[in-house]
Amino acid sequence: MDTSAFQAWVHEASLLITEHATRLTELDSAIGDGDHGINLRRGFQAADDMIEKSESDTETPGAVLRTVGRALISKTGGASGPIYGTGFRQAGKALGDVTEVDAVLLGSALEAAFNGIQQLGAAQLGDKTLLDALGPAVVAYQAAVGEGGDLAAATRAAADAAERGLAETIPMLARKGRASYLGERTIGHEDPGAASTALIMRALAMVAAGETS
Amino acid sequence: MKKLINDPEGVLNDALVGFAAANPDLIVNLEDRYISRGPTAGKVSLVSGGGSGHEPLHGGFVGYGMLDAACPGEVFTSPVPDQMLAATKAVDGGAGVLHVVKNYTGDVLNFQMAAELAGDDGLQVESVLVNDDVAVENSTYTAGRRGTGGTVFVEKMAGAAAERGADLAAVAAVGREVNDRSRSFGVALTANVIPATGKPGFELGDTEIELGVGIHGEPGRTRGQMSTAREIAGVALDAIHTDMPLSGDVLVMVNGLGGTPLIELYVVYAAVAEWLEGHGATITRNLVGNYITSLEMAGCSITVARMTPDLTELWDAPVQTPALRWGR
Repeated sequence: MDTSAFQAWVHEASLLITEHATRLTELDSAIGDGDHGINLRRGFQAADDMIEKSESDTETPGAVLRTVGRALISKTGGASGPIYGTGFRQAGKALGDVTEVDAVLLGSALEAAFNGIQQLGAAQLGDKTLLDALGPAVVAYQAAVGEGGDLAAATRAAADAAERGLAETIPMLARKGRASYLGERTIGHEDPGAASTALIMRALAMVAAGETS
Repeated sequence: MKKLINDPEGVLNDALVGFAAANPDLIVNLEDRYISRGPTAGKVSLVSGGGSGHEPLHGGFVGYGMLDAACPGEVFTSPVPDQMLAATKAVDGGAGVLHVVKNYTGDVLNFQMAAELAGDDGLQVESVLVNDDVAVENSTYTAGRRGTGGTVFVEKMAGAAAERGADLAAVAAVGREVNDRSRSFGVALTANVIPATGKPGFELGDTEIELGVGIHGEPGRTRGQMSTAREIAGVALDAIHTDMPLSGDVLVMVNGLGGTPLIELYVVYAAVAEWLEGHGATITRNLVGNYITSLEMAGCSITVARMTPDLTELWDAPVQTPALRWGR
């Protein structure tokens, strides 16, 4: 994947999140404070605009992701801004200054995103957070690469795993963020953060497969 | 949704324009989104912030004797680090800046990033975390206790300490002491409606109340049946007393959540005073009114702080802000 593919990922993610903003907000109303879709749409649209206008350095794949991270931190607000912003920044740092990203390097970037988010939010797998979608996605991605899969195959495996991970958040009890105040009442609902992560991973798979809109 | 707004997406901006017009002695930076009174040379500055919809918190507490700057986020959404950094730089008077942070994941993460960025720029920043809400169990299974009514007490007394010339560590210590000595419990009678979504944040039946509600309408301990002000005050104070036995001199705030008339808050205050007297505590100072609200939610929160003579002096110190003013 080259720089333009990473720009396309951000654009596709922004479109998917905008399309699903109402659903994300409804999921958040059920177990949080009902603004996840609104906030993330604002953040991703700002990130997409920033890249399109090339207001910042977006010369390499790593620079694109670092710019996205900064935009998300600056524009999203709530907990999602620092969390997703950190994920993209760490992924961007892992890519360094290369101009072409292969399947192995993208795997390291996804892992760096996972580690950065886990460190910031101090959540564990099973706490009903976006890590419950991102964690399985990273594992599935690495497995696909290990079996000789290319970028398209590995990102598709990751997106599928993120969606399965999202479904698995339904019976979980939230232990982090604002949902944790609800305790038992969070059981039976999808986690909104896991839902948005599944969309972002799906956007990546679409771009890697050349299926962009 | 019936609300006095022009555009659901523009509520915060429109409100800040109005706040600026109503308070010409304060600086409202619409670009970077903060309210400040500018730097005071040699004084420790206090910066707070959080989601909007809790007015007068925090902007209404910017002024002499309290905050130096406040960063309003979107409704019920934490502000971003850029705002906090801009506000921190704008009010730094050379003696350091104290961030007063309510314990919500978003506020904590964004202020943490802002403090790191300010540190990178050579500023001295400390933080006080407010977590006074007894309705949430403080355990590894939750994000910890929420910051609610105690925030007003922390901002007032730490602000007074700063005005007196205390250094950053001492101002932070006052903030932490006030937080340690404060406990709150909220009760909701109706839900609130976020302008951007236009729908109630939660559902409550006609006769139901939410006991232990948070300032965003997050549920608390249990859902109960509507009863008398006396009984509801008793539930709140029992919860507070179980967590922190109440005796001696106390500061009490009976706070409206946005949709409850003042006459009802006085009915609650009477019940609170009766309960505390019956348990051997003495109310030496009080606030009754709307200080930390939750949009149009009906209900109230009760906050009690166990006072010391030093803290009482800080509470009595002059304050001149849009929402709290005396002694000057």
